[in-house]
Amino acid sequence: MRSRKPLALFAAAAFVLAGCGGGGTDASTEGPVTLTWWHNRTTEPMKSKWQQIADDFHKTHPNTSFTIEPLQNEQFQTKVPLALQGNTPPDLFQQWGGGALADQMKSGKIADITQASSGWIGPLAKNADGWKVNGKQFGAPYLMHAVGFWYRKDVFASAGVTSPPTTLDELNAAVAKLKAAGVVPIALGGKDRWPDAFYWAYFAVRQCSVDTLKKAVEKTELTDPCFTKAGETLKSFLDTKPFQDGFVGTPAQQGAGSSAGLVANGKAAMELQGDWNPDVMQALTEDKEIGSKIGWFPFPSVPGGQGDPSVLLGGGDGFSCTTRAAKACAEFLGHLVGDDVQKILAETNSGLPVTPAGVAALKSEPHKTIADAMTKASYLQFYFDTAFPTKVGQALNDAIANFFAGQGTPDTIVKSVSEAAAGNK
Amino acid sequence: MSAAITTRPPTAPVPHAPAAGGTRRRSRLRTRLELALLLTPALVLFTGFVLIPIGVAAYYSLYSWNGFGPLTDFVGLDNYADALSGDVFQGAIGHNLIIAVLSIVVQLPLSISLAMLLNRKLRGRAFLRMVVFAPYVLSEAVTAVIWLLMLQPGGFVDEVLRAVGLGGLVQLWLADQSIVLYTLFAVITWKYIGFGVILLLAGLQGVPAELREAAALDGASSWQTTRHVVLPLLGPTIRVWIFLSVIGSLQLFDLVWIMTLGGPANASTTMATYLVDHGFKRYEFGFGSAVAVILFIICFVFALFYQRFALRRDTEGALTGVR
Repeated sequence: MRSRKPLALFAAAAFVLAGCGGGGTDASTEGPVTLTWWHNRTTEPMKSKWQQIADDFHKTHPNTSFTIEPLQNEQFQTKVPLALQGNTPPDLFQQWGGGALADQMKSGKIADITQASSGWIGPLAKNADGWKVNGKQFGAPYLMHAVGFWYRKDVFASAGVTSPPTTLDELNAAVAKLKAAGVVPIALGGKDRWPDAFYWAYFAVRQCSVDTLKKAVEKTELTDPCFTKAGETLKSFLDTKPFQDGFVGTPAQQGAGSSAGLVANGKAAMELQGDWNPDVMQALTEDKEIGSKIGWFPFPSVPGGQGDPSVLLGGGDGFSCTTRAAKACAEFLGHLVGDDVQKILAETNSGLPVTPAGVAALKSEPHKTIADAMTKASYLQFYFDTAFPTKVGQALNDAIANFFAGQGTPDTIVKSVSEAAAGNK
Repeated sequence: MSAAITTRPPTAPVPHAPAAGGTRRRSRLRTRLELALLLTPALVLFTGFVLIPIGVAAYYSLYSWNGFGPLTDFVGLDNYADALSGDVFQGAIGHNLIIAVLSIVVQLPLSISLAMLLNRKLRGRAFLRMVVFAPYVLSEAVTAVIWLLMLQPGGFVDEVLRAVGLGGLVQLWLADQSIVLYTLFAVITWKYIGFGVILLLAGLQGVPAELREAAALDGASSWQTTRHVVLPLLGPTIRVWIFLSVIGSLQLFDLVWIMTLGGPANASTTMATYLVDHGFKRYEFGFGSAVAVILFIICFVFALFYQRFALRRDTEGALTGVR
């Protein structure tokens, strides 16, 4: 009597797959077209912003209308593969780029927009790279993201930490001071696994040179010793016990007891999270002033590492078009990276605008700091679970999460990638 | 099964042989027509939404397939071998079995006692019944989120324990690898106990008052009445409850997925969370299908054996046909 969902879901999925073989119907994109749009902004204010942006686009392009379907992030993992296997995939859908995009390419339904985007892709510069496969553009970002430490200025001050740490030693010193002051130094949402991965990834980014990082992603392997070194640095960092009790069972974003909630309510001093965190925190506290109490600093440099301390870990939100209405879709993507929309997005603080005009319109201080760090960064390392093919990225996340739970070694983490890439389960 | 359908119409002239032959032929035709008419919709649905998907899943499970493009990489039974030889999946099967056994050992006696208590005439009985049944009405996702928040360190559960002087019992409910599975079991019990109680209450209604009275007249104590009169008569209900509970335990998913994602370090992974984690999330649809088929076979074999050996007496006549 408990849940039959997985089996039923799988069965339904199988049935849909079985029923939907055969070729697609490539409708002409000349006439009026209705674009089915799957995006991941299920909450306000972005949900209505997207609706507004679509409505405005329809006014100036009467031939293009939209059917908008907001979906939770997790749903994309299951719905997109099924939809791409069927005859009626969405015309544009949330696309995080990297290895997952490369996986989806095998469906043959993702539209090559290299030509169609040539008129507007320029200002995006490097930001567009994550949505390229073999040099061709198969989607475009509308917002970029970067991970760094969000911290409570008030809590830092009362614990006697005068300036944000810039090196690992300074971070360890801050952790010690905060502990002495009776605050949880760092909150971590270990239940969700991906926040754990930020730590390993940043230690890898600080230990390895940019060339090594690029090569690792290209070849889907972590053979360079710097990756094992990253695990060892992580181990000694974990040994300082910087997180709250029971962090492996803490959700990242649900409730006041989540990692974001702990910082929002002043029970923890910092959290390594994406630029989206202020919004998440605001929803978890009564404190209306939270926005002005938090600041941001990049992941500290690691002594002896070969990595460039300016490199950021991050990713981006983008969209891919499918082949049915690629022309209208690509035109709309161009609209999203245009100055008007980028300025609207800049005001929502839900990410970093992809064009200089958008970045210039940022108002929030922390976001300006992040955008500045992004501009100065010699390289943006995509989250490894996105950069690698999906099965490899998930295996890596699991190995890291197990490591945080006390299982495995720095070597296990490195090997999880080669084993997953070789097809071992 | 066909007893009711083949009953002769009352008007059929029985004694006259020739006429009877014609009637029999006509009635056989009618039986077939009726069968076809009544069974076709159900059969079509069953075939389309149950049998074909199972077949398709079994087919996918023989390939290494990431869900995109045609099935080309035939790997035979490798997916099954990989799953069954993996530590995590073996652990998952173990967790499902622990939950199933605990359900029977803990939830069953608890349900029976509660049902017997709530079957007595006592003040506020309707209200108490509602309280016991209420958690069952909540959706599993809502239950999971509520308990996830309440079980955080320093959360509601810890505070309540401290307030009543049991602070020493406070644990890292969801973070301790040796405890998390039992924490989840406690939440499952909270949620599903009401269902068992309602089922058993219905069963208790079927215990004739005369039998209790007769036992009492013969000098049976209340324990003896319960043990030798009520429990045996509750047998069919208990057997059905065990069946539903074991199948539910084997397919456990939502609660675990929302509360722990199977963690920490796979300490609470079930077969179903493993399926989604390693099938969907990793785009390994062939492998996921193999896991789904294994889960299906385990449930199916259990169901068959249980029907054959435990439920046989209860369902005789209804499922096994008239002798």
